[in-house]
Amino acid sequence: MKAASLPETPVFHTTGLTKTYHQGEVEVHALRGVDLDLYPGELVVMLGASGSGKSTLLNILGGLDVPTSGEVRYLDTDLARATDKQLTRYRRDYVGFVFQFYNLIPSLTARENVVAVTEIARNPMEPDAALELVGLANRADHFPAQLSGGEQQRVAIARAIAKQPNVLLCDEPTGALDSATGILVLAALEKANRETGTTTVIITHNASIAQMADRVITLSDGQISGEHRNPTRQDPRTLSW
Amino acid sequence: MFPFHPSILHTKLRREIWQMRGQLLAIALVIAGGIAVCLLSLVNYASLNATRGQYYQQHQFADVFVSLKRAPRHLLQQVAEIPGVTRLSGRVEGGAKLEVAGFQEPVSAHLISVPETGQPDVNQLYLRQGRLPDASRSDEVTIIGSFADAHNLQLDAQLTAIINGCRQTLTIVGIAESPEFVYVIPPGGMLPDYQRFGVLWMSQAGLAPAMDMEGAFNSLVLKTAPDRPVKDVINRLDRLLDRYGSTGAYARADQFSHRFLSDELEQLKAMALIFPAIFMGVAMFLLNVVVGRLISTQREVIAILKAFGYSNRQIGWHYSQLVIAIALAGLLIGTVAGLWLGRMLGGLYMEFYRFPELLFRISPMWILILAAASLAAAWLGGWRSIRNAAALPPAEAMQPEGPAKFRITLPERLLSWVRLRQPSRMIVRQLARRPARTALSVAGIAMATAIVVVGNFQFSSVSLMVHTQFARVQKQDLTVTLTDPVNQTALYGMARQPGVLYTEGRRQVAVELVNGHRSWRTALTGLPEQAELQFVVDRQLNNVAMPPAGLLLTDYLAQALEVTPGDQLVVRVLEGKRPTLTIPVAGTTSEFLGVGAYMNLAAMNRALGEGPLVNQVLLNLEGDLADTVYRDLRDTPKVVGTNLRQAMLDSFFETLARTFLTYTFVISLLGGIIAFGVIYNTARISLAERGRDLASLRVLGYSHNEVSHILLGELAILLIIGIPLGWAIGLGLGQLVVTALQTELYRVPLIITPRTLALAANVVIASALLSGFITWLRLRKLDLVAVLKTRE
Repeated sequence: MKAASLPETPVFHTTGLTKTYHQGEVEVHALRGVDLDLYPGELVVMLGASGSGKSTLLNILGGLDVPTSGEVRYLDTDLARATDKQLTRYRRDYVGFVFQFYNLIPSLTARENVVAVTEIARNPMEPDAALELVGLANRADHFPAQLSGGEQQRVAIARAIAKQPNVLLCDEPTGALDSATGILVLAALEKANRETGTTTVIITHNASIAQMADRVITLSDGQISGEHRNPTRQDPRTLSW
Repeated sequence: MFPFHPSILHTKLRREIWQMRGQLLAIALVIAGGIAVCLLSLVNYASLNATRGQYYQQHQFADVFVSLKRAPRHLLQQVAEIPGVTRLSGRVEGGAKLEVAGFQEPVSAHLISVPETGQPDVNQLYLRQGRLPDASRSDEVTIIGSFADAHNLQLDAQLTAIINGCRQTLTIVGIAESPEFVYVIPPGGMLPDYQRFGVLWMSQAGLAPAMDMEGAFNSLVLKTAPDRPVKDVINRLDRLLDRYGSTGAYARADQFSHRFLSDELEQLKAMALIFPAIFMGVAMFLLNVVVGRLISTQREVIAILKAFGYSNRQIGWHYSQLVIAIALAGLLIGTVAGLWLGRMLGGLYMEFYRFPELLFRISPMWILILAAASLAAAWLGGWRSIRNAAALPPAEAMQPEGPAKFRITLPERLLSWVRLRQPSRMIVRQLARRPARTALSVAGIAMATAIVVVGNFQFSSVSLMVHTQFARVQKQDLTVTLTDPVNQTALYGMARQPGVLYTEGRRQVAVELVNGHRSWRTALTGLPEQAELQFVVDRQLNNVAMPPAGLLLTDYLAQALEVTPGDQLVVRVLEGKRPTLTIPVAGTTSEFLGVGAYMNLAAMNRALGEGPLVNQVLLNLEGDLADTVYRDLRDTPKVVGTNLRQAMLDSFFETLARTFLTYTFVISLLGGIIAFGVIYNTARISLAERGRDLASLRVLGYSHNEVSHILLGELAILLIIGIPLGWAIGLGLGQLVVTALQTELYRVPLIITPRTLALAANVVIASALLSGFITWLRLRKLDLVAVLKTRE
């Protein structure tokens, strides 16, 4: 298995990243100063309890949100000060998302959900190839409502990788799935990472998943509280929880 | 390349339109209702206007009219030489009484001569059937279509006419229409009466001897050159014809049929402006609300599309297409329905107005304008929501709209002594949480209610108008008009006739009221001091005391002449010695039907320098002896016309009321459809917005009905606030309508009865019940697990 070779120019570089939400009359400090580098091709698992700030960090990396303070760069792009238009461009050209609740468009079939992304991407792969990659070529014409949770999530992965993104950001991709199905999904993610060389970030509260990563980062209370590198990436199919 | 990627989003759009078809159709109906009202009004007005224009032109409708006592025919040569006169026709006119087989009631007729050469040069006839009377025959007539239809008279049928006291049998050889009698009203009447009044055309050779008019004429109609001021021609005619007993030449604007027709068309035009304005306004507002809320429910999908990298513009365009699709569907339904209804209504008006054929007119420009207006309104409605959804950072938009700020509401505190159950509490807080949205929902329901009120109130207003006119103001069974004034003492003899219970005399003289450059030809009516049968009432329906001297004018007439009580008015009497008097205006009064000028009978006769004369007799009859009275009157030579109260009432409902009320019925029906569209959407959208909450409650163990209670209870509260508000708005819009629809013929009072209010409320409540039932069914099908697990 391929390990990321160091040192390289990081894909992402953040320093002193903070994010404060105002929820009603309460101030929530979701991130309290995060310094982080992510490198090309690596598969990173970000561990943390609910409320540790991992989703917020992922959203900022994906250009879905902007930090309150601090710096975040994607290669040469300053994501902290980017306009909405620039962020849209960034998401369209470089980022693939996988969400916990799949967020497929219910009125489109599996293939059409993928096409929804490929038709606006610069250099997409064939929609069917993306579905093939997640093992769902035979379900391409099904609507989300006709697919199981695991299948829906794999469609979501196919949709995310079909544009051949530079980074793949996955927020609790197995959160809504049972363990056997979750493993299928992780295997699909791992395969995509391996075969496309896309920098992949998976956030989860499930520590077992950490073993499939090149690097494991732990977040708690809005800060990075630990980081280690696995000597070898374990095949997701050998995982269990 | 096209900046938008239509393919896959198109697919999404197409499927979603199909999925939401019920709801979208309901929105489209809102637009369709507004557009249908616009089109049917415009089509109706434009078609009648064009029809009239073409009819007048093709049949050489006169520009100037003169009635005179008697003038020799050779004078026509002099008339033709007046500069500006292009065509003319001198004729003999007169009144007659008719006997129609199988019809007991008195029938009067207006006779007009037809030249030996056939069609007259001016006011040519449109022959529906048969031909003009033969120039050499004195026993042939061509009759007007309205009369033929009312009595089902065919060619070759016979009529008995009493012309100038002589009984004569006439054979019908033709059935025709004339531009002079598009609106067929008997003399002394105000409303069409097709059964008891007819127009008959006879040959010059037949009519002139009967009327003692051989070698003479007593009526002149002429056309003028368009570049000549009609006023000049009129002045010349007056100078020329004065000594032949002319009552003064008058322009087309004062011609009876034309004036009423113009008045009606003005009213149609006002309706064609005001109803569409109200309906489109309301429809657009509702569309705006409904589309806005529909898009808000799509907020998560919008967030995902943004996460993929779709730009705000692409997303905006995508949803704009949805909105445009709705607007186009509404436009299509509305256009088809509007044109169809317009054609139908036009047909109805055709029975009322005697036009040869209806031209169907619709300018594509209007459809384009309506299309642009509805597209713009729909799009603006969606735009705010699209923009709001697109402006959210996607990360935030993808979260279900997190627990928003709820608080203990004021109503709850006020009602703290009531133990609200939790679902009821949810309703109150939900409504209070988003006051703006609640206000919009209430406004939507209020507008829906108001629109039904506006469409409907005229039913009760018109009924009241007629009821007032005939029950309170005109108590006589029969009005008899005499050829010449008689001394009041003649009434005593009449009162002694069998079948006559009570008589009252009055006098009507033809006058022209003049104030500066404003003038109005009408009848001045002298009413006795203690009128028992017919009198004048004010807006509150109280009797108005007749001032001892001076004129009492209908307020509509006073406004038209720009006079107020105290002003002096020039009264040109158009008959008898034809004096010109100056009489002060003593007061004004409001009347629903017609316009009039009234005066104390004794004061009027004094002003005219005449004795106690009357020329109209109002009678109350003993029901079973009515036929005897009719027969006696028919044989009385000095009687020219009779008007039956019941006949006027029937005629009103058959003609005016029928067209007017059909129009308003169609309008209120469309109002009902709009109301349904709005309420159905309110219910459906609140289901979409609250689905997760309600599913959570179901998971917690609430029953289907308990959960329904939350949703339907919310709707009920919206209705309770919205309906009374709608009544108030309806009242305001009604005021606008009655002001715009005032005409010489009638002024609909703004009367909003409890029945109208109840009807509006019922339409809205029925829509709510139906929508509520559909929502209730939907709630039962709610897939609890799916709703909780996913975030669609």
